[in-house]
Amino acid sequence: MNEQWSLFKRNLLDSWRTFSRNKLGLLGSFLILTALIAAVFAPALTPHQPTDVIRDEAGRGLTFAPPSVNPPLGTDDAGRDIWTELIYGARISLTVGFLAGFIAMFVGSLFGITAGYFGGWIDNLLMRTTDILLVIPDLPLMLVLVATLRQMDLHVSPLVVLILVIGLLYWTSTARLIRSQVLTIKERQFVARARAIGAGHGHIIRKHILPQIMPLIVANTVLVISTAILVESGLAFLGLGDPTQPSWGTMLNFAFDRNAVTNGAWWFYLPPGLAIVWVSLGCVLLGNVLEEMLNPRLSVHHLEGNENMVMLSSPQSEKK
Amino acid sequence: MNEQPLLGVRHLTTEFVLSEGKVARALEDVSFDVLPGQTVGLVGESGCGKTTTLMSVMRLLPSNGRITSGEIRFNGKDLLTLSEREMRSYRWKEMAIVFQGAMNALNPVMKISDQIGEAILLHDVMDRDHAQKRVGELLEMVGIPRTRGDQYPHQYSGGMRQRAMIAMSLACSPSLLFADEPTTALDVMIQAQVLELLREIQKALGLAIVLVTHDLGVVAEVCDSVVVMYGGKVAEYGTADKIYNSAGHPYTQRLLASFPDVNRPTDTLVFIPGTPPRLTDLPRGCRFEPRCDVKLPKCAEIDPLLIEPDNQHYVACHLCKGREAHFV
Repeated sequence: MNEQWSLFKRNLLDSWRTFSRNKLGLLGSFLILTALIAAVFAPALTPHQPTDVIRDEAGRGLTFAPPSVNPPLGTDDAGRDIWTELIYGARISLTVGFLAGFIAMFVGSLFGITAGYFGGWIDNLLMRTTDILLVIPDLPLMLVLVATLRQMDLHVSPLVVLILVIGLLYWTSTARLIRSQVLTIKERQFVARARAIGAGHGHIIRKHILPQIMPLIVANTVLVISTAILVESGLAFLGLGDPTQPSWGTMLNFAFDRNAVTNGAWWFYLPPGLAIVWVSLGCVLLGNVLEEMLNPRLSVHHLEGNENMVMLSSPQSEKK
Repeated sequence: MNEQPLLGVRHLTTEFVLSEGKVARALEDVSFDVLPGQTVGLVGESGCGKTTTLMSVMRLLPSNGRITSGEIRFNGKDLLTLSEREMRSYRWKEMAIVFQGAMNALNPVMKISDQIGEAILLHDVMDRDHAQKRVGELLEMVGIPRTRGDQYPHQYSGGMRQRAMIAMSLACSPSLLFADEPTTALDVMIQAQVLELLREIQKALGLAIVLVTHDLGVVAEVCDSVVVMYGGKVAEYGTADKIYNSAGHPYTQRLLASFPDVNRPTDTLVFIPGTPPRLTDLPRGCRFEPRCDVKLPKCAEIDPLLIEPDNQHYVACHLCKGREAHFV
């Protein structure tokens, strides 16, 4: 037990070392973490509610007030604090992005692994479905779907509709990617060996296929999350968000609707735009370094890492 | 053969369906026995069906391959009548295989000890803690320090990987071990070590081994009986002594002659002109006829049956005299 714990600690430390070596990965996780912290601790980071109107001493609403000490990022057309809207909007954008991303990843991995591993008519059926979804332009399709589903009185939050539509449409490229990887892995001899050992399909997929594509899945999840955030922003910008729970996309929509551009109120549309860039960039950077970390072949070398074996001079010792 | 064979392969025929509906007959009428504790050598050129024979016996053919006729008796039970689920319990517990090229047969992202333990846990032979101990013992049996079980295959050398594969094959104490060219891609010193290891293990555990190899020297050294295959058929089958000292099939004779002799150095290597037949387009008569230099006119027309010129010696050649072989 104790031994396992120390092994676990060592693995964790090793992972951290690989991770911290990559400056871009650190930057990526910094970007994502700050956004997450802002979203989670939003109430602590601002004295206002997103719907509060900021007023001057005379009690008049401050509309289109430029950034100053207070309000830090200015106000919008109705006198609401942009900073407050931004960090509360992070909650919506990130929730939609993460949930939709996980759904897309789950569906994509399931389809990709099933199609690649079993082949034959299953592969054909799943991949033709994927093809059909791929050739339909996604934006019009999503607009139609979201708009129709909203009309149907489903008694669910519009955000749930958004999450499901994005999640259930953005798995196609993942499915193709994973299928192609599974195709190469299942022909490898260790899979034949696993069959020779007496393993069934479930065991082979769990123990031999999944660990091989896990780096791909994890790295891809982060990337799909960033896509989902971008797509949500796009849909919200086009007016399909939930106006009562504004995301960054909804903020942009408001800004354009209320002539922020013609009024020169750049503090109304730049912050949500930059926030979207902030998180997507973070996802891309983190996705790359995660892939490297999770692949033992990329991190441990033939003559590295064990006390009993040949010691090579490490970069640290060279510095000394 | 008087003793009850551990494995009896009878008239095994395996086909592969290729694209455009073509059929390649990879094995035809293959019969041989493996007695308990015996070593049988399976020799022949590349593509003559050695590996296909092993895969057919373990029922691990790729999806386009099928066994069209024959019997595979393991301790008297015909494996071809078993369901896939029943077959699974035979694999590794009763018969294990050391694959060609251990490098590829090990999962690169799994620790060696986990891979060896995998088979034990799959068959519920013992619980996790005992399995852990057993893995350590197996590694030491093949000369790998226990502590290196925690490493990944890429941290092993080629010879170590092959030995780890052997350790893995012994995990569930099988009674029959298939070794598919266990020494290819290893240098000569390591080859000798691996063969020695196999021999020691056989002696210690009383395993029967089917050894697939190109190396006739190895066969002479370790095998009790030999199956010479050509173009998917058994060309000659008999005890190692019979094969080496009174080879009946021209192919066996040429094969033995093309093996250089250390005692008589020579500048020119003997070889057999031509190439093995294409399995989609087999000759009507004897499969070796196009390359045979002692052929008779009827060789091109009639495929020779297995003849038994002597006890425990079978030859498929028209030149050979004797009674027709009957396998029971």
